[in-house]
Amino acid sequence: MPLESKFSEVAENRLYSLAYNKSIREHKLMASRCKKCGYLSIPPKPVCPKCHGSEIDVVEMKGGGKIAAYTVVAVGAPLMVEEGYGREKHYCCGVVELEEGVKVCARILGVDVSKPEQIKVGTPVKMDFVETFHAADPTHEEGERTFLAFTVLEKP
Amino acid sequence: MQKRRKLGRGVAVVGAGLSKFGAYPRGVRGQDIFVEAYKEMIASIDKGFDPEDIDALYLGNLSSDLFERQVHMGPAVANRIGIVPKPTIRFEDACAASGVAFREAVIAVSSGIYDVVLTGGVEKMTNLDTTHVTEVLAAAMDPDTEIAAGETFPGIYATIATAHMAKYGTTVEDFMRIGIKNHYNGSLNPHAHFDASITDLMKRKAAAALKKGLPEPSWADEMEFLHDPKQNPVIAWPMRLFDCSTVCDGASCVLVVAEDIAKNFTDRPIFVIGTGQASDHFLAEREELTSLRAARIAAGEAYAMAGVGPQDIRIAEVHDCFTIAELIGMEDLGFYKPGEAVRAVREGENRLDGKLPINTDGGLKAKGHPIGASGTGMIVEIFKQMREEAGPRQVKKKDVDLGLTHNVGAHGSTVVINIFERR
Repeated sequence: MPLESKFSEVAENRLYSLAYNKSIREHKLMASRCKKCGYLSIPPKPVCPKCHGSEIDVVEMKGGGKIAAYTVVAVGAPLMVEEGYGREKHYCCGVVELEEGVKVCARILGVDVSKPEQIKVGTPVKMDFVETFHAADPTHEEGERTFLAFTVLEKP
Repeated sequence: MQKRRKLGRGVAVVGAGLSKFGAYPRGVRGQDIFVEAYKEMIASIDKGFDPEDIDALYLGNLSSDLFERQVHMGPAVANRIGIVPKPTIRFEDACAASGVAFREAVIAVSSGIYDVVLTGGVEKMTNLDTTHVTEVLAAAMDPDTEIAAGETFPGIYATIATAHMAKYGTTVEDFMRIGIKNHYNGSLNPHAHFDASITDLMKRKAAAALKKGLPEPSWADEMEFLHDPKQNPVIAWPMRLFDCSTVCDGASCVLVVAEDIAKNFTDRPIFVIGTGQASDHFLAEREELTSLRAARIAAGEAYAMAGVGPQDIRIAEVHDCFTIAELIGMEDLGFYKPGEAVRAVREGENRLDGKLPINTDGGLKAKGHPIGASGTGMIVEIFKQMREEAGPRQVKKKDVDLGLTHNVGAHGSTVVINIFERR
């Protein structure tokens, strides 16, 4: 096989970043699952962090979960400032524990950011996605980008 | 299965110095600030030394690349302090850069390949505005998940804080108590960026208002001041301004030598008896959110090497990039059980006159957090305290024979622990 084909092979490898972000654009959250020990990891890893196994499946997450930890940010990341967030418009993000047991860092929607102390760890959420326009940076071209988010479920 | 490692030969610190921390004017370079720390380090060596004796420079620095558009900082510093052509290495482990540089200097000297290693760190951060500093620091996180989520550095520690609050009932007042302690200590440290206690700041604000002819503000106490959103705005809830370390410029510098030649430099060397380091995943990939596993592993390794336990430590520098970080550091180091460090915080056990003083120099909170300088900056403080040279903030109790530094890179994806002994 010519070495040139390595470029597309790396780009398309489902255990590397480009493929993970492509799945996010398709509104899918993918995890790697070790064939040997079943350990789940997001983003996917080419080697199992638990047992070093390298026989890995890529599986789609169902999208249900609960808030494991969160923050409401006032001094925003440049990415969020670009979206209009900051001192005047706070946003929530944090760690969500999925029903599959694996955790992921994401944006959290549907909470009252003016009362951060009332947001509760353990609150059920479901997967959502945010699409926003961004300028180019060293790893992305200018244009629409899709971000993983979770929305708090309406009270049952 | 923890390996028990040991140093090949004894290692000591014989000199230590710090630049003033704070905002230097634009155009002052990192290497200039390092010279200030180097000069103070030289002045601290009782019997003097010959720069020709330096075998190598091990320098910690997060990102002169992004802050100053300067790479290859090692030779730039060597050039400025006149030690060319000695070999130099720059260490980048986020906020643990110089803690790691120091540990590697210890390993190099203990191996016998070098006898004298100059180690330290530097960062010139204030050329950039807050948004861009935030961006540089956030670059130590996972771009695909954490940065995409909008996490910032204060944000990621605030995230850890809510997990700790939910699990243990920790309150925002507990975080504030840590900030109050560190600001008080910083008020006694002339090198500190914030050389003011919260009470001092309240007085200054009141005086400034009067001078402008405005009504004099009044707060019942420091806690009320810290609850005032005008004075202490939220950065990333529950972390407010006075929970966050300061963005500033600074350098620190330590001379590491083989134990058998330490007496050539001073009759009062401080010995390095334990060192440990570990890495960890990004936050969401960890089993636990309320503790840094890398800190527990690194501490375990350092304690085992030193042949001591957490109960033996008499003074510590605990990485307080945010107040929550100091709290969980106290637990990860084994000083207190998980969830129980708040008891010590509430009872003032870690103040200058407490049973276990922590961050006697004001910590990263008040002394300042010029990232690359912070790790060896902690070692400078332990050196001064153990030699009873810390001036007005000198710990009065006489048993400060064992000290520890806990230096965290990013959100705990690197932690390096070093243990020191006064004999």
